Amino acid sequence: MDNVATAEHTDFEENTIAHTSDMGHSTATVSRDVRKTVGDIEAENPRMICRGVNVHYGDKHAIKDVSVDLGKNEVLAMIGPSGCGKSTFLRCLNRMNDTIDDCHVTGSISIDEQDIYDKSMDVVPLRAQVGMVFQKPNPFPKSIYDNIAYGPRIHGLVEDKEELDHLVEGSLRKAGLWAEVSDRLAQPGTGLSGGQQQRLCIARTIAVSPEVILMDEPCSALDPIATAKVEELIDELRENYTIAIVTHSMQQAARVSQRTAYFHLGDLIEVGSTEQIFNMPRHQLTEDYITGRFG
Amino acid sequence: MNDTTQKRNTMEIVKANLAKRYAREQRFRAYGIAAISLGMMFLLMLFISIIGNGYGAFMQTYVKLDIEFTADRIDPEGTRTEDALSAGNYGGLVKDSLKRMFPNVKKRTPKKQLYGLASSGAAYQLRKMVMDNPDLIGTTQSIWVTADDDVDMLVKGHIDRTLPEADRRMNDSQISWIERLEKEGRIEKRFNITFFTAGDSREPELAGIWGAAVGSIYTLLVTLALSFPIGVATAVYLEEFAPCNKWTDIIEVNINNLAAVPSIVFGLLGLAVFINFFGLPRSAPVVGGLVLTLMTLPTIIIASRAALKSVPPSIREAALGVGASKMQTITHHVLPLAMPGMLTGTIIGMAQALGETAPLLMIGMVAFIVDIPGGAFDPSTVLPVQIYLWADSPERAFVEKTSAAIMVLLGFLIMMNAIAVILRKRFERRW
Ligand SMILES: Nc1ncnc2c1ncn2[C@@H]1O[C@H](COP(=O)(O)OP(=O)(O)O)[C@@H](O)[C@H]1O
Ligand SMILES: [Mg+2]
Repeated sequence: MDNVATAEHTDFEENTIAHTSDMGHSTATVSRDVRKTVGDIEAENPRMICRGVNVHYGDKHAIKDVSVDLGKNEVLAMIGPSGCGKSTFLRCLNRMNDTIDDCHVTGSISIDEQDIYDKSMDVVPLRAQVGMVFQKPNPFPKSIYDNIAYGPRIHGLVEDKEELDHLVEGSLRKAGLWAEVSDRLAQPGTGLSGGQQQRLCIARTIAVSPEVILMDEPCSALDPIATAKVEELIDELRENYTIAIVTHSMQQAARVSQRTAYFHLGDLIEVGSTEQIFNMPRHQLTEDYITGRFG
Repeated sequence: MNDTTQKRNTMEIVKANLAKRYAREQRFRAYGIAAISLGMMFLLMLFISIIGNGYGAFMQTYVKLDIEFTADRIDPEGTRTEDALSAGNYGGLVKDSLKRMFPNVKKRTPKKQLYGLASSGAAYQLRKMVMDNPDLIGTTQSIWVTADDDVDMLVKGHIDRTLPEADRRMNDSQISWIERLEKEGRIEKRFNITFFTAGDSREPELAGIWGAAVGSIYTLLVTLALSFPIGVATAVYLEEFAPCNKWTDIIEVNINNLAAVPSIVFGLLGLAVFINFFGLPRSAPVVGGLVLTLMTLPTIIIASRAALKSVPPSIREAALGVGASKMQTITHHVLPLAMPGMLTGTIIGMAQALGETAPLLMIGMVAFIVDIPGGAFDPSTVLPVQIYLWADSPERAFVEKTSAAIMVLLGFLIMMNAIAVILRKRFERRW
């Protein structure tokens, strides 16, 4: 763990080297005002591997040479002051940024040894494999049933109605919503409460059996009780999925995640186990943020 | 201490201004109500004048004649074949009947005036009766036939009987015949079915709106069939697929400009391109539809783009997020949500097209056409042009026909707008 040992609290210095991983392959060398990441960017059992990711919105350099792993059955929390690029980075992981015209992503992000930005990669199966839950609950203006059934239908995951019914029920159960909606599956999903809508969106994501679930501030529009339910759900989902969650609430990060990544102005400042980040951050910026000096 | 006085001061200033602020609000509201009242008043005046003028056209005067179906007149050879029956002198039957009723009329001119009491359409009516039932030949029947438009006008009170004889359209003897007929109960006003079933005619009592209505329907069908798919496809491409560059900017500016081009220019274009170059038939709904398509397209495109823009991005993200392709996202989610807006825009465009006159004059849809068009390639006219034609006719009876035709056109427009409202309500979704 070379790069961990050399890490210092001397921020604002310019670093010119990129990280080297244990596997020995070094990623793109980047210069300019890129800060070196403190902590262990690697996960024990990586599901997605990001190396030297840079994102530009036109001229704006929004993500600067970020490298980090998403571990299997692990929740990675991304925290940092708003505008630091958490959402941007998260949206790189299932190529949601493709929809933004002037957004350019470089570096490598791979799943199953396959670079997702490779030309041969098709985004449709990728997005089925790497699902996403958004900040604002966004159920389709259709029935609860159809909300869940949509993904399986377009991907042809089920043979007949019975199987689909089964899948819908299973997804709603996993999202902890079944008991609340089982008697009104035909009613519009938009008629549910905010927290229920968000769990419906999670169920919709689960229904296409992804391996990775990305969540962008999934609780920011919810009240504390609904938030608690979603957090509980995230904890349960960890058993079967790899999860990356962006949150502005440090308590939430502390509660649901195993690893935490702290972003600052497009840099990944520090990554480490959640316990370590919150108890003894190594980088001054992380400490300032955690202790509430800014953010 | 200082703080509280300052607070009081602020409150006093606010209170002092409050009255002024409320007064301004009141005044603004009054302006609004005044504007709406003025608008409603004009609308009411329009309706009163049109309905007042036009309601009479829905009734038509009929005369009861005792018709003797003499074989001499109908089928002198006695063959009873269809050709012979159809060639019979049915006008003669009407004349015979009137002659029998008024035997004193001997001179040529009064005789002609007498025969003119019944419409020339009466002969067709009798022919149809005999053709349907040849057994009528040899019998005498009391039959209600359409009265001439002048009789109609007199009965409806549009000819003042007190005016000096020289100043009115009917002389004293004509009026005396009609009065005798009225006394005998041989004059009656009935619902004017002809107006809703016939095409145009030089005789006001035989003229109907149906030909123009059918022409309008064919024209609008052609317009709808072309402009809706083209407009929606254009809007979807520009809004969802087109890259943002100089070319799309130019296209956008041009579409907006197109919406402002005077409609007569489209008519000239249609004349030059569709009729002169492509050789499509003159006066045909298909050409009218093509011209109106050019006219309605900008409206539909602009409305459809606005509808697409109003679909929240969160819905697109949701669909993309579960792995829908771009096309699936558009067809499964964006289009259904944008559809009410698109349909509303389309119906507004169609309503404009329905009322459009100028470009259709250029492509010959102003011709006098009696037959009901049987298809989009038959010569025909449309409702607004029919109104224009009738408004231009000298006969008094066409005045009420004009207003009645306006009512029919307004009826169609109100119906279309009602459909637009219903569609909007029906498909409206909240997210
Ligand atoms: N579509 C976009 N176009 C241009 N700049 C963007 C866009 N989205 C985000 N940005 C910029 O990228 C930076 C990171 O944004 P974001 O990832 O949304 O931050 P966070 O989620 O951490 O609050 C911000 O400075 C923001 O202004
Ligand atoms: Mg964000």
